[in-house]
Amino acid sequence: MSGTHPNTPRSTVNRLSAEKVTLAYDQRVIAEELSVEIPDNSFTVIVGPNACGKSTLLRALSRMLKPHEGRVLLDGQTIQSMPAKKVARTLGLLPQSSVAPDGITVADLVGRGRYPHQGLLRQWSAEDERVVQESMRQTGVAELADRYVDELSGGQRQRVWIAMALAQQTPLLLLDEPTTYLDIQHQIDVLDLCAELHETQGRTLVAVLHDLNHAARYATHLIALRGGEVIAEGAPNDIVTAELVESVFGLRCQVIDDPETGTPLVVPAARKARAQRVTAAS
Amino acid sequence: MRAPGGFSVRLDVRALAVVVLLLVAALAAGIALIGTGDARIPAADVLRTLAGDGTAYQDFIVNELRLPRVLVGLLVGASLGLGGALFQTISRNPLGSPDVLGLSQGSTAGALIVIVLMGGSAGQVTAGALIGGLATGVAIYLLAWKQGVHGYRLVLVGIGVAAVVTAVNGYLLTKADLVDAARAVVWMTGSLDGRDWDQVWPLLVLCAVLVPVVLVNARGLRLMEMGDDIAGALGVRVQRVRLLLMVCAVLLTAAATAAAGPVGFVALTAPQLARRLTRSPGPNLLPSLCMGAALLVAADWASQRAFGADQLPVGVVTGVLGGCYLLWLLVTERKAGRI
Repeated sequence: MSGTHPNTPRSTVNRLSAEKVTLAYDQRVIAEELSVEIPDNSFTVIVGPNACGKSTLLRALSRMLKPHEGRVLLDGQTIQSMPAKKVARTLGLLPQSSVAPDGITVADLVGRGRYPHQGLLRQWSAEDERVVQESMRQTGVAELADRYVDELSGGQRQRVWIAMALAQQTPLLLLDEPTTYLDIQHQIDVLDLCAELHETQGRTLVAVLHDLNHAARYATHLIALRGGEVIAEGAPNDIVTAELVESVFGLRCQVIDDPETGTPLVVPAARKARAQRVTAAS
Repeated sequence: MRAPGGFSVRLDVRALAVVVLLLVAALAAGIALIGTGDARIPAADVLRTLAGDGTAYQDFIVNELRLPRVLVGLLVGASLGLGGALFQTISRNPLGSPDVLGLSQGSTAGALIVIVLMGGSAGQVTAGALIGGLATGVAIYLLAWKQGVHGYRLVLVGIGVAAVVTAVNGYLLTKADLVDAARAVVWMTGSLDGRDWDQVWPLLVLCAVLVPVVLVNARGLRLMEMGDDIAGALGVRVQRVRLLLMVCAVLLTAAATAAAGPVGFVALTAPQLARRLTRSPGPNLLPSLCMGAALLVAADWASQRAFGADQLPVGVVTGVLGGCYLLWLLVTERKAGRI
């Protein structure tokens, strides 16, 4: 299986892309010859069933995982060959589970996002301070600046981590399941924040999301992965169909219009309906 | 109410104050220690003699006999404090200190092999301890290596290595005759007795080289507390920084152990105490270094005051103090619901 998905022809060169990458942990191959383009200024969401390689792809795109074959290109250069700090000034990553050090304050944690802009001699400037304040304000955690991170709620904590990634001031921001472990209200809260960052600041966002309906509502560009292969990509309105959901997730469903936004809304088929189909088939 | 740049400066002020206070404490304990012994010398006379204005008798006692011992104590304590802080931060575990990871036991094995099997001189014992510590450090790193060294893995592998090496040490002791065994036991307690300028210079040179290397890389280490992925995403070369700092930590610990024997618990407790004083997250490297030096010299002074000159090796005192501190730590942390 050569497994390359025909990319849309390149009219313009995007800043971030993966070219025929083979991704593996030790000898366990997650994806082979996978090619992905992240359209500039998009809010790209990667979806797919568990273990389809979506987080692995995100790690490769962010230089955390070196592809066995192929390469990841950032601004036309192989990302592995670029200086670490230069990459960190262009591309930020918020991993899935982040541990705040014991006894760290919000302002201190957000300030650590400034590392790629600092040097041994220039460790903290007025610009750093300004950006940290601005990042905390944008994420609504400015009032929490002197609080300890470990005494915050899950939703607040996730905002603090996003503020840290914002303080990094990267035009590209990658988020690995930013809504995991949050209740529905805070999930929407975080996604609204992402959409706002995308719309008002023109940042390119790439997120891995579990919830297909969230993905369809917030993404401007959707990439559906299964078994390390791109099954479909494009605007949610163009690609999310009952057939696609069944082929990617193996789930029978209806796709209707979201009454709020008009984006596709996936409604899984009722248990009885699915059971009847199975009986009929056998 | 915060001036621009306020919070970064505020944290630094507290850490800086702790460093200065601990340095003063370490030096004061050092001066007190020089004055302590069979011939007591008041602090004022010690200072005058150090400046070169003492009597010939004072000059001999202070500058020839006791100053090297105090300097070795300061350097060993500083190395252990810094090494401990590095290991605890890299393993992200307060138990990830050289005594728990088997480095001290490795140095002991090296020393025992020289004492028991080769009947070597004091210098050869030092070399044996150094080699033993370094070899154990390499072994732990290689065994714990799996796509990079991770915290729990490092601690568990270290505890396993410590168990094996402790068994080897026990075997070597049973093979020894009485004289060698007595010599080995004295070495194993950790002591500053009879240390002279020959032990000072190598340690001083090593610290002069390694401490700046460590401090330059400390900013990367600070970010690695948040996990490898975040640190990597912020532009830290995680594997390189970790390998470099582990090499430094192993060198510091092995050299300190070779000079004074396996002085217990300084590496474990100094970083924890320093951290509680600075109240700041992060590796607290410089405060840990100063705390280690102050702890070791103060412990040596306490043992000499309480039990008389050269009666009780400093390792016993640090062991007792460190043990009590560890228990207190475990009890309070359990109350806080952390362990």
